[in-house]
Amino acid sequence: MAADGSGLMEEHNNFIVRGISFIGKKIVGTVEGLGSFLVFLGYVIRQAIHPPFRSRLIFQQMFFLGNESMFIILLCGFFIGAAVTLQVGTVFTLFGAQSMAGAANAKALARELSPLMAGFLIAGRGGAAMTAEISTMKVNEQIDAMEAMAVDPVGYLVVPRLIAAVLMLPLLVALFNVSGQFASLIIAVNIFDIDIGTFFDKMLKIVSWHDVWAGLQKSLIFGAIIAVLACRFGLNASGGAKGVGQATTNAVVTMLLVLLSVDFVITYLQIVFK
Amino acid sequence: MNDPMIKFQKVTKIFGKFRVLDELDLDIPAGRITLILGKSGEGKSVTIKHIMGLLKPNSGTVNVDGEEITHFDEKQLREFRKKFGMLFQQAALFDSMSVGENVMFPLREHTKMKLPEMEEQVARILKDVGLAGLEEKMPSELSTGEKKRVGLARALVHKPKIILYDEPTTGMDPIVSDMIDNLIVEVSKREKDLTSIVISHDLKAALDIADHVVMLYKGRVQLAGSPDDFRKSSDPVIRQFFAGKVEGPMEFF
Repeated sequence: MAADGSGLMEEHNNFIVRGISFIGKKIVGTVEGLGSFLVFLGYVIRQAIHPPFRSRLIFQQMFFLGNESMFIILLCGFFIGAAVTLQVGTVFTLFGAQSMAGAANAKALARELSPLMAGFLIAGRGGAAMTAEISTMKVNEQIDAMEAMAVDPVGYLVVPRLIAAVLMLPLLVALFNVSGQFASLIIAVNIFDIDIGTFFDKMLKIVSWHDVWAGLQKSLIFGAIIAVLACRFGLNASGGAKGVGQATTNAVVTMLLVLLSVDFVITYLQIVFK
Repeated sequence: MNDPMIKFQKVTKIFGKFRVLDELDLDIPAGRITLILGKSGEGKSVTIKHIMGLLKPNSGTVNVDGEEITHFDEKQLREFRKKFGMLFQQAALFDSMSVGENVMFPLREHTKMKLPEMEEQVARILKDVGLAGLEEKMPSELSTGEKKRVGLARALVHKPKIILYDEPTTGMDPIVSDMIDNLIVEVSKREKDLTSIVISHDLKAALDIADHVVMLYKGRVQLAGSPDDFRKSSDPVIRQFFAGKVEGPMEFF
């Protein structure tokens, strides 16, 4: 290092340049990623509105996402509904308003918890399975084989999954609502001594169809996000078994983060444009 | 040679700093078995991808079955690819589908045939490749040789004009290799108009089945001729490749 401190200065400058370069690369990478995702999304939508329409594959995916996820959705909805009612009821009891616990739970479920939790469950179960299946096909040349047979992998693999997810997620969210509210009823009646009639009376006063519709709007968008992201990560996989694992992990993490951030944006828009 | 089925004219393909195809001129005859040889990285797979329109050249033209395909858009290419069947190195069967569904896949996607008609055709083609009655089996229940034969049945079921074999016998024992080679010859004899293109490292066996041989070196054709022309060639590059020796003019990197 030079005695006049110029070496230290140079090191300092290098550090700043490296820092700026690192941030710049991250920004460019993010913008590039977003751009290529939007191009992919546009292509998926174009394929979705053009024949052939593969109804057999859509039903297969609906069965996989819907029927095979139903039990876990009901179970999760039940425990979330029970836990929220317990928490809210305990606080409301302090103000003598425990009869509102069921209604508060219903509102929270309809607008926020059901779409988000069902979205998380479907991302973790169905979305991860989609990525794993498609990425395995990619690394085993099955996607190349499909291309070689003049079949568009986006039309064959992505579009049926997208349509199935968009159709099934609202149904699963509705089930989540019903299951969560059933658990809420049990807790309200047995722990907070609320009359069944009062429970439903308060619920119908506080929760409107707008609340249910707000949650279903979210679920439609969440379904599309899960399917498109899961398939996109699958189609971009490379490098054998390790690549399949990596694609699946990255897909699940990205899906959860995107669901949370999109949930906030939709909630904000729903409140602003009430 | 009659009018070739496939004709490359001055085709150049560059990946980054690598000029994989360098003004390649190549003719592949119709209705015969053509063997494409070359060491790894010499552009054999890139050549096949150009034939199917999966890659576009940086310059030059690719003519297939009388059509210049380099300017085709994606829609035209998908239609064009229906002319092809391809047997992949690892067969690339869809592991979520049964053998029958795998073989039926091109028919289901590209024809308006009714299910019983498709099932009949699948049964017939499976019988042709020696796998009659295996429709219900899953790919995971098959041996490597059986997977290859199912892959071949799938490649042939829609009666393609051109069939591509990517390393059809790599990694197989000699008996299964011989069986696959015989099957390639048998299919070619049965389907008179079928143009077959084989990429193989299994040199001696491949020379036995080929009618025409093309060797690629440094992005160009080093030799094009009959298997005998290849065997008798005094070209040191060909000799080195044929002998499978490291020492010689051929560069390895």
